[in-house]
Amino acid sequence: MLSYIARRLAIAIPTLILVSIFVFVLQKLLPGDPALVLAGEERDPEMLAFIREKYRLNDPILYQYFYWVKAMLQGDLGISLRTSQPVTELIADKLPVTIQLAVMAMVIALVIGIPAGILSAVRKGTAVDYAANFIALSGLSIPNFWLGIMLIMLVSVHLGWLPASGYESPFVDPLRSLQTMIMPAFVLGTALAATLMRHTRSAMLGVMKADYVRTARAKGLLEGAVILKHAFRNALLPIVTLGALLFGELLAGAVLTEQIFTIPGFGKLIVDAVFTRDYAVVQGVVLCTAVGFIFMNLVADVLYFLLNPRMRSSL
Amino acid sequence: MSDMTASAEAEIRLENRAWKKLKANRSALFGFVLVAFFIVIATAAPILPIDDPTATSWSAVRKAPSAAHWLGTDEIGRDILSRMIWGARASLMAGVISVLIAVFVGVPFGLVSGYFGGWTDQAISRVTDALLATPFLILAIALAAFLGPSLTNAMIAIGLSAMPIFIRLTRGQVLAVKTEDYVEGARAIGLSHVAIMSRYILPNVFAPVLVQATLTVATAIIAEASLSFLGLGQQPPAPSWGSMLNVAKNFMTQAPWMAWWPGAAIFLVVLGFNLLGDGLRDALDPRES
Repeated sequence: MLSYIARRLAIAIPTLILVSIFVFVLQKLLPGDPALVLAGEERDPEMLAFIREKYRLNDPILYQYFYWVKAMLQGDLGISLRTSQPVTELIADKLPVTIQLAVMAMVIALVIGIPAGILSAVRKGTAVDYAANFIALSGLSIPNFWLGIMLIMLVSVHLGWLPASGYESPFVDPLRSLQTMIMPAFVLGTALAATLMRHTRSAMLGVMKADYVRTARAKGLLEGAVILKHAFRNALLPIVTLGALLFGELLAGAVLTEQIFTIPGFGKLIVDAVFTRDYAVVQGVVLCTAVGFIFMNLVADVLYFLLNPRMRSSL
Repeated sequence: MSDMTASAEAEIRLENRAWKKLKANRSALFGFVLVAFFIVIATAAPILPIDDPTATSWSAVRKAPSAAHWLGTDEIGRDILSRMIWGARASLMAGVISVLIAVFVGVPFGLVSGYFGGWTDQAISRVTDALLATPFLILAIALAAFLGPSLTNAMIAIGLSAMPIFIRLTRGQVLAVKTEDYVEGARAIGLSHVAIMSRYILPNVFAPVLVQATLTVATAIIAEASLSFLGLGQQPPAPSWGSMLNVAKNFMTQAPWMAWWPGAAIFLVVLGFNLLGDGLRDALDPRES
């Protein structure tokens, strides 16, 4: 088990190195003198000299990369030009908000997507199946920022049921936190629910034809037991791994959702940073997202390994 | 010679069967109609009898849909219908051009990676993994931020973000066909690598790439709308559905129609490409009877 994880980690290392090169190169795409761009409005020669020194802009590019990576490994992602706070601190502040949003969205997606997928597979070719497929495809096609705006208009403006924006920590006021996050989580979870539904349906259709399902039926088991205990448990494998992979996607989807509902999370941080030309923050967020994504890939691999007895026995 | 004739006939039979299957698929046809509708509207925009999409009118600020303005007007009195039609050009162009960038860069890399294998494959695959490790929208936002906000840069950013999918897909297809007898045969008669790849391998890659490209256009349209919504795509006063929604979110109570139409248009065109892509996949899949 440990050797399997170690092997997966070894594969992830070159990917991480390349990601760090991409993120470093992003800075080099900036037109003109990077020191001037990084300094923002500041034109003080001392400040410019400090930036050139800090980012080693006078050194060859390979040295610059080396020192950048060295600082990064020590947890130094630079200083935000806008707030003068360390980028690591800013990210650590905002990340829990986005993780809360992503976890709630994932729960909503699982609650909607998996039962809909099972139902659609069990009732293949019926009106239920067509309706579930059409709704899933619509869920994939609807831009989540538009869905957010429409829901705010309906639920907050017309019905006055939920707040249109804002954020409250669940540790301070759990009820208020739920009220502010449920609508954004639903918006973020919709596309995910659609993806999960389609995959659950396809995985279920695959296993429903298997011999062991036929045997379970021949033994006289109730249809519900056949579907849930025999078919679904085997169909779960690709769904769980997909869920872990999609969790990374949720971090990206949160960018728009947080913007619409004015949630002070990770996504809003990158958008605000883009407009204030706070490049260190943009780089930091991209790097953290990529590392998170690689980590979730690793989790997906390990889950696949743990859930698949054939892989365990092959070791 | 007779082998070649037989293979050409088989290809024609496959094309005919795929076309028949596509025509019989009502969802795919509905998708095709939706896509065709928006393409016609976008293409005909300059000759349609509509208002100038950038012309403002202070006497018609935030007017609800009426006979004079079928879809209403926006916060500075511009006709929404006209902006929707011109916005369709930006959305469709962004969707198609960014996917063309992804295909024209991604497919050759995938071909080379799968065909040559070894270190070349390792290098290209690791770069692809790294690109895939950064979610599509985050990468597009970062690129748009560093390249500067404009529709062209948004298209480049979306194209580069979508490229790894085509590298992986092409590589997988090449690995599946490069050991086939006809490829071995082509190698045995001394054809160059470029000739083998272009004449014998590339045609096998075409169908899955076409399906993926259709589905990716849908994703790219949403990505462009998302970037424009964030202010990183089409810049004002030029119309785009995403930027229209960006403004509309500030007038949700006073002028809700400003948000209805652009979102509905994005939904319909993306649904169209998704239905068409799904239909193409079913039609071109030889396993589907």
